[in-house]
Amino acid sequence: MELIQNLVLQGVQMLVVLVLAPGLTGLVRKVKARLTRRQGAPILQPYRDLARLMRKEVVLAENASWLFRVSPYLIFAATWVAAALVPTFAVGLVFSWTADLIAIVALLGSARFFLALAGMDVGTSFGDIGSSREMMIGAIAEPAMLLTVFSVALIAGSTQLSNVVGFMTSGEIGIRVSAGMALVALVIVAIAENARIPVDNPATHLELTMVHEAMVLEYSGRHLAMIELASSLKLLLYVALIGCIFVPWGIAAPGAGFADLVVGLASFLVKLALGGTMLAVFETSIAKMRVFRVPEFLGAALMLGLLGTLLLFVSRSL
Amino acid sequence: MHDYAFDIAHLLASSLVLVSFMLIYQDRIYALLNVFALQALLLAFAVAWQAWIQGAHHLYVSAAIALIFKAMIVPWALHRMVQRLGIQREVETVVGVVPTMLVGMGLVALSVLLMLQLTEAAESAIAREDLAFSLSVILLGMLMMVTRRNAVSQVVGFMSLENGLILAATGAQGMPFVVEISVAFSVLIAMIVIGVFLFRIRERFDTVDVEVLDQYRGERQ
Repeated sequence: MELIQNLVLQGVQMLVVLVLAPGLTGLVRKVKARLTRRQGAPILQPYRDLARLMRKEVVLAENASWLFRVSPYLIFAATWVAAALVPTFAVGLVFSWTADLIAIVALLGSARFFLALAGMDVGTSFGDIGSSREMMIGAIAEPAMLLTVFSVALIAGSTQLSNVVGFMTSGEIGIRVSAGMALVALVIVAIAENARIPVDNPATHLELTMVHEAMVLEYSGRHLAMIELASSLKLLLYVALIGCIFVPWGIAAPGAGFADLVVGLASFLVKLALGGTMLAVFETSIAKMRVFRVPEFLGAALMLGLLGTLLLFVSRSL
Repeated sequence: MHDYAFDIAHLLASSLVLVSFMLIYQDRIYALLNVFALQALLLAFAVAWQAWIQGAHHLYVSAAIALIFKAMIVPWALHRMVQRLGIQREVETVVGVVPTMLVGMGLVALSVLLMLQLTEAAESAIAREDLAFSLSVILLGMLMMVTRRNAVSQVVGFMSLENGLILAATGAQGMPFVVEISVAFSVLIAMIVIGVFLFRIRERFDTVDVEVLDQYRGERQ
């Protein structure tokens, strides 16, 4: 009985991230539109887009290989698993022993790998440009993410997210400058990884500036739906990750009752709404930067992660 | 439950190191001066916190000196200078930002390793940590002087180096107050001398880019 209950909870977690992801994207778009005094599409628009894309016919390039057709499903699967591993409304679920921060980074890395390969598969110049830029960003964003993970793990004494959340809620953390640096670094990495302004513009099809859109330009129909859903899931993953590490309040403890789970879900919804609104405000208030300035921007994240780890080294060896 | 005295000292001292990195990262001259003022402000807080936990009243005077001279008068004077020199452009750097950052990281790691080993005998954790961070700030200030070509940002590098010295002086107990006062005033004098120099360089070469000095000395054609 207990096992079934645990499995149901885990299933709910996987469904929650899947169902909420397009809504978060819709919310960000809506807030951005309102901030620029436009009406904007309704928040539910991404769901309708996905439904429309699923119905549509897939148009493939003549020289597209099997990799091009398989990649969307691989990318979607890897991103979904990664997003489902991040604690959203409860910790200590059945599969939480696999919810390791390094495993999440690895899953996202393999999704990126297949996306870049698929971008180059058909051989259009846009896809190649997108893939090469994505790799340039990834080459700095991934080490920065790992360094952030290390400094969080050094503070909490574990890379397992359930344990990290447990430590952060226990109030033993005190005043830690390294945690603040890790937060800023993680936010920068999240902005770069999700192709948001100032690194990339998710709404543009101007060839000079696009990165993510250039890679997926050849996709259509259900393939495109998979990719869009995967990028929504990735955005949700980062918001949930930042939420569960740095504002862990409200998450239900292991073995919590039904009421606690509802509170956890409500707090997760509030965190998502706040995160999405903050992202939209940030994106509206800043200009897109030149592609060749991106390494400097991400370099700041790398530096913060490294400095945070160094500082932890100092305070631990005293 | 917590050693808040240590936590806050750690927070302030490590923010000084962080702001040193922001100085290296920054490539606009006015923003550079603002970040420098921020560093001096943080230094004033760090010194005042040390005065509080050590119960050493003369350190409050040091904090006040840092606040009034370094966070207000020096940035203001540099602002005026930049205005009168008319150099509101981006700062030219000798090497790129990213390699400089990496070198800076190496310097911080070096000073942390060195200082933690050297001060193993000292029992006060705060003093050991302050010494490690102040050496980092000093080295980063030197790095900034080396990697910038604009004379004004070299001055900022020099001043931030001096911030590191003050941090070291307050962390180590028993630094005579006279020494601190004299250091503070010698920095002010240096500031005035450098200011005069800046205008002389500008008068002579029509720029404050120190690379032209190499040509003038015949080291580069």
